[in-house]
Amino acid sequence: MPGGEEYRGRVDEAGERRYGRAAFLALLGGGLSSFAWADRVTGVFSPVTSSVSQLLGNLFPVGGWRIYTISGSMPVFDPKTWRLEVGGLVARPRSFTYDELLALPRSHQVSDFHCVTGWTVHDVHWAGVRLSHLLDLVEPLPQARAVRFVSLEEPYDDSLTLAQLRLPDVLLALELDGRPLSRPHGAPARVVIPEMYGYKGVKWLARMELVDRQPTGYWEGLGYDQNAWVGRSNGYSSA
Amino acid sequence: MAIRPPERSRRVLRWNRTERALHWVHAGAFCVLLGSGLCLYLPSLAEAVSRRPLLKDIHLYTAAAWAGALVLVVALGDRRSLRRTVRELDRLDPDGRMNRGQQLNTIATAAFAILFAVSGFLLWYGERDTRFRFASTLLVHDWLMYASLVLFLGHLYYALVLPSTRHSLSGMTRGWVREDWAERRHPRWVAALRSGDRPT
Repeated sequence: MPGGEEYRGRVDEAGERRYGRAAFLALLGGGLSSFAWADRVTGVFSPVTSSVSQLLGNLFPVGGWRIYTISGSMPVFDPKTWRLEVGGLVARPRSFTYDELLALPRSHQVSDFHCVTGWTVHDVHWAGVRLSHLLDLVEPLPQARAVRFVSLEEPYDDSLTLAQLRLPDVLLALELDGRPLSRPHGAPARVVIPEMYGYKGVKWLARMELVDRQPTGYWEGLGYDQNAWVGRSNGYSSA
Repeated sequence: MAIRPPERSRRVLRWNRTERALHWVHAGAFCVLLGSGLCLYLPSLAEAVSRRPLLKDIHLYTAAAWAGALVLVVALGDRRSLRRTVRELDRLDPDGRMNRGQQLNTIATAAFAILFAVSGFLLWYGERDTRFRFASTLLVHDWLMYASLVLFLGHLYYALVLPSTRHSLSGMTRGWVREDWAERRHPRWVAALRSGDRPT
């Protein structure tokens, strides 16, 4: 570089005020402390942020949803070949086509969706078939204790006990907010159990197996709780 | 009529090699992290780009490479000049190379970098040890992204678009700026250069 001049900071001898350092430390301290208060503050602002995200559509996570997958790509739903197999310890094993599921009695519910990583979507409109009704159709054998849900997305699976599955708002969801489930949300059918964290709700459901002992699910094999009650599991205490 | 060729304008060194390396390491990593992060985060992009494990790997390895490269630049570079820059920022020096806004932008970027690293590490480690999973970690990482995006877009506007300021890009690519530009944009800096003050 011709000239070779270089910046030399001016140094004043007395009364140097370090506003720069103060700003840096304030930002850093505020940021670090926000680990303690960010979730509560977000809760206060969530009516605003969720309406903003609805306005801006796909620019922001819509209504607060974040999509998690465990494999390379999301399974593709083909209505012609897709079947929901229900078998295991049942008197009448069955295989449902998508149209057969649509023809079953439809239940609607509005419930909150809690993810174990800390985000929540309030007032989600689900529609679908009560899992308890589906269970009645296949007539579980007396020794059946739990249902293992297997996803098209291998090797994702999880399970619920029959008692958990018969909770009144446990649903095999086919619709989300008035529209058929989209691919990211687990088309065509996913499990919804609002009392538990989202990983219990298997997406892209392909098979239900009734078993006599509750097996370990995908995330449970990685250290997450089998009974994933919201606010009472996975290190959370009282919501 | 002969047209006299314009005089080659005089140049002033604004950013030396170490400072430029630090800037571009951070800028490059930021762009890759922002791109891969948004593909994981935004529903429309997440659906279009379905190779999530690959994107997650890109995000994680870029973060690690970013931290490693910063340490290398500081370890191998001209630390005296970096200390000088830190001193300018510390005092919000009105005779410095940067104006007040640029100084504050640099300070915020540095603070955000640390917060990104802490929250990102917790997101990564929380998948391995559930005791380190906190409800706020994801939110902190999200908010930092939005705040940084605003700073980043403003920075790009001044460095690439606004005619009166975009010559500053030369300082960060080639190291020097035209003296007449520096006199217009940063008169106190040029005056301080001429008065020949030296740091103690």
